[in-house]
Amino acid sequence: MAHTEDEILAGLAEIVNEETGVEVADVQADKSFTDDLDIDSISMMTIVVNAEEKFEVRIPDEEVKNLVTVGDAVKYIAGAQA
Amino acid sequence: MSASSSRVAVTGLGTVNPLGGDVATTWQAALAGTSTARTLDNDWAERYGLPVNFACQVPIDPLEHLSRPEAKKLDPSGHLSMIAAREAWADAGAPEVDTARMAVVVGTGIGGVWTILDQWDLVKEKGARRVNPFTVPMLMANSSSAHIEIDLGARGGAHTPVSACASGAEAVAYGLDMIRSGRMDVVVVGGTESCVHPLPIAAFANIRALSKRNDDPEHASRPYDRDRDGFVLGEGAAILVLESEEHAKARGARIYSYVAGRGMASDAHHISAPSIDGQSRAIREAVTDAGLSPEDILHVNAHGTSTPLGDIGELNAVSLALEGKTDQLVVTSTKSMTGHLLGGAGALESVFSVLAAHHRIVPPTINIENLDPEVSMSIANGAPVELPQGDLAVLNNAFGFGGHDIAVVFTSA
Repeated sequence: MAHTEDEILAGLAEIVNEETGVEVADVQADKSFTDDLDIDSISMMTIVVNAEEKFEVRIPDEEVKNLVTVGDAVKYIAGAQA
Repeated sequence: MSASSSRVAVTGLGTVNPLGGDVATTWQAALAGTSTARTLDNDWAERYGLPVNFACQVPIDPLEHLSRPEAKKLDPSGHLSMIAAREAWADAGAPEVDTARMAVVVGTGIGGVWTILDQWDLVKEKGARRVNPFTVPMLMANSSSAHIEIDLGARGGAHTPVSACASGAEAVAYGLDMIRSGRMDVVVVGGTESCVHPLPIAAFANIRALSKRNDDPEHASRPYDRDRDGFVLGEGAAILVLESEEHAKARGARIYSYVAGRGMASDAHHISAPSIDGQSRAIREAVTDAGLSPEDILHVNAHGTSTPLGDIGELNAVSLALEGKTDQLVVTSTKSMTGHLLGGAGALESVFSVLAAHHRIVPPTINIENLDPEVSMSIANGAPVELPQGDLAVLNNAFGFGGHDIAVVFTSA
């Protein structure tokens, strides 16, 4: 069953918090993973793998570099569901 | 850089081990003669046919002492060493230091064995994609020294002695050398291990190193007892802050004791059987290096793992090194209480040696029902033994698979 973008944002925020300690409330669509949330590339991979499992999608490695903001990730996951 | 003539002080201590989650709890439990060996709370014995179903495990949940994200990036051996390092650094007063003249030396026997095996299980169950990208920095043997170096901001170097059950003592010995050489003012030293897992238990049991006293685990670790049948696996970490005396005194630090000398040798003999020759050479070197005579050593915290051959061989090595002058000294094996922390053992036993010199009391060796008649020295049998006033020298001896022999001498402040 497909998740709404709001559900994806909330789920992603939980994963980011779990993996990096960033506050759930700080994980907003306009925030950059690296510049705003200070998430390094290895932590980003743990977020991606957890998101893949949670939302039952596949996010290829070559796509990860395009996921600059949290909103980019939400949109990608929403589109990849189906 | 010129070699420093300054002595090397111990100014901070930290530990997580089966007796306690900090130094104060540990020392109190040690003086009380507490056994920590328990039947494992799982079904490994039935499920895997494990021949030994008990161990000495830490009494705290490390995850309550670390943030979740940092805990997720560390192996269990790294959880224990990080908590111990932070305790030791706080205990030293968390001083402002020249970080380029501060180093970390933290050893381990095996490294991230839980991480290796857990991630391999994950590959088999869920596929390669699920492997944690932090797996390598978690499992590498230098993981603890590296994470502590980052956490404390030490920029002078981070090193990882890997010499089986001598690793923790070797870290203390290297720390001493690094400060004496004049390169460092402060070195955070210690050791860690966490491998109460079916594979290491099976492996140590199969090499016939472990006690099989499954029906009476609390009394299984019994160094110097006639019926000892092997060591009890433990887990934990211990960290000491070493500092040049000059540096420590300039900042008004509390000095527990001094690290006065170290000896190192290798057996060139056998991969698992210890040698009296190697141990005795290391001990003799440590005493000489400390500028002491055999009769100055008043206490030995022995390796004493509770194996039939190892315990007596070690006492013979002590006697050989000290030219038979052993009437003045009291021996103890704190492994009777903690089990064997492998790479953490020499560090925890250094902490016990430092505290023995500082408080002038030797923690007991427990579980001796019938003292082995071959024991030729005075043992702190079942109760603590007080040490005299005045100058005091304590020896910590360690050795490990591979024929690594390390001895360290601590003197009272």
